[in-house]
Amino acid sequence: MASAKKIIKDPLFDNNPITWQMLGICSALAVTTQVNTAMVMSVALTFVLVLSNMTISALRTLIPTKIRMIVELCVIATLVIIADQVLKAFMYDISKQLSVFVGLIITNCIVMGRAEAFALQNNVRDSMLDGLGNALGYSIILVAVAAIREWLGSGTLLGIQAMPASYSGNLLMVLPPGAFIIIALLIWAQRTFISKTLREDN
Amino acid sequence: MKKILELHDKIRPLFNKGGKYEKLWPLFDAQDTFTFTPHEVTEEGAHVRDAIDLKRVMITVVFALIPCTLFGMWNAGHQHNIANMGATQGMAADILRGALIVLPIIFTSYAVGGLWEVLFACTRRHEINEGFLVTGLLFPLVLPPTVPLWQVAVGVSFGVVIGKEVFGGTGMNVLNPALTARAFLYFAYPAELSGEVWTSLVAGGEAVSGFSGATALAVVANLPQDVSPVAALCEAGFDWMTLANGAIAGSIGETSLWACLFGAVVLIATGIGSWQIMLATLLGLFAGATLFNMFGDSSYSQLPSYYHLAIGGYAFAAVFMATDPVSAAATKTGKWIYGFLVGFIIIIVRIANPAYAEGAMLAILFMNVCAPLIDNYVVEAHIRRRTA
Repeated sequence: MASAKKIIKDPLFDNNPITWQMLGICSALAVTTQVNTAMVMSVALTFVLVLSNMTISALRTLIPTKIRMIVELCVIATLVIIADQVLKAFMYDISKQLSVFVGLIITNCIVMGRAEAFALQNNVRDSMLDGLGNALGYSIILVAVAAIREWLGSGTLLGIQAMPASYSGNLLMVLPPGAFIIIALLIWAQRTFISKTLREDN
Repeated sequence: MKKILELHDKIRPLFNKGGKYEKLWPLFDAQDTFTFTPHEVTEEGAHVRDAIDLKRVMITVVFALIPCTLFGMWNAGHQHNIANMGATQGMAADILRGALIVLPIIFTSYAVGGLWEVLFACTRRHEINEGFLVTGLLFPLVLPPTVPLWQVAVGVSFGVVIGKEVFGGTGMNVLNPALTARAFLYFAYPAELSGEVWTSLVAGGEAVSGFSGATALAVVANLPQDVSPVAALCEAGFDWMTLANGAIAGSIGETSLWACLFGAVVLIATGIGSWQIMLATLLGLFAGATLFNMFGDSSYSQLPSYYHLAIGGYAFAAVFMATDPVSAAATKTGKWIYGFLVGFIIIIVRIANPAYAEGAMLAILFMNVCAPLIDNYVVEAHIRRRTA
């Protein structure tokens, strides 16, 4: 069994869900025009991913294999609805900006992917750590992409002016293709520099 | 000359593997092969003896671009003087003013793009590719003369790095790098690319709109129903000859049909540009325009096809951009399909899409993406015919 440290650390860089496994790209494109929406989205996903991993892991001996997808979906959907309702109740403005994308966590491949690939085979503690690690890996990329896009696109960070006042925003960064390009560049950077250590380790 | 050759041979070991300046080998190699016949010869396999190599090909394209560049220079100064002084200041003054506007743009494009080329050549240890000679000149020519220099730098960086180097450099790119650079600026900074900085004079305040060029496009795009587009154009000062001569606001190199035609003749005569693609874009353009003439219901769709030829950036795009041998279709039948669709899509974007005045850039980039698919099916059909 892998150590707790490895379970958490792996998905942060070397096995990052977005830049290495290419999962959850859709929301990474949609909610990353501003840092604060990206942060709220990250928190929502962390909540869903950790709890769904734990629940499914706890139920793993009870779930019949043939209908496991449906059971997993029920668990995930319940958690997503809770997250969505909490956001609507306490952070209405941001919830409006995130629009359907909180609801779409249900279809986020990372959540389903971790349930299938990890939670069904491992105990509750490891599953929780795995969920946390992957959620953090997702959040790092999401916030990084959002920071770059908001900085270059609108000249602000968290809504605070971060560029000279004369800076004219790069509108491509505000459009979804901007996120594609930024994510691609991050992947390029990751594979050039960070995975060098990975190759040497092996 | 002999002295230089001796010097080159003397310092060559410094740049070879293990030498002091090993890392700068691509720079030395570029200078060396640019000045003299290269030392390397093909070592194995069948090879063709021919005086033409990538450098000669690229230089020929640059040569074909000269009339567009010179005309663009004069026109930029001409428009500038009309807008700012109220009248043209005579041929010489116009050219001088235009050179002051255009040369810094071209210089920026070459310097910044060249820097990226050298950087990638040094890290990846391959030769500096001559393809950039053309990209670095094509890109400024499809920009409005009013574009800020920092945007030229940002655009050409994007074009070279994202449009070309990430795919592996010259010859591997899916998209035309010059158009990729332009598309980046077009979507990132629409305000500057449709420029209202100095030529707000022609055609009722509508200024240069980039590749999409000509204000003439803006005139016809917003016509009320039941107004003849030709009459409206003539009224705005854009009769066919004016459009073809190209002394109008637009991107630097694209306004004159005749300068583009000169380029086409050079490229076809030397066998470097594909005449099939150029002719096919023309057919596609005419077919599209004729279809709209027959079935379109807006007054823009009634614009005769030969106007579409002279208006906007079609001619420049068809001659210099669509024929890029790397990103265009490579099979003979594929070239006809590719070219035809480029022309056809230009018309569709111009007439049917109100968001973009000109479709040349978008049509070519779109067909660049489709080109491998076209080639694939052409080859497959050919194999099926032969085996049947």
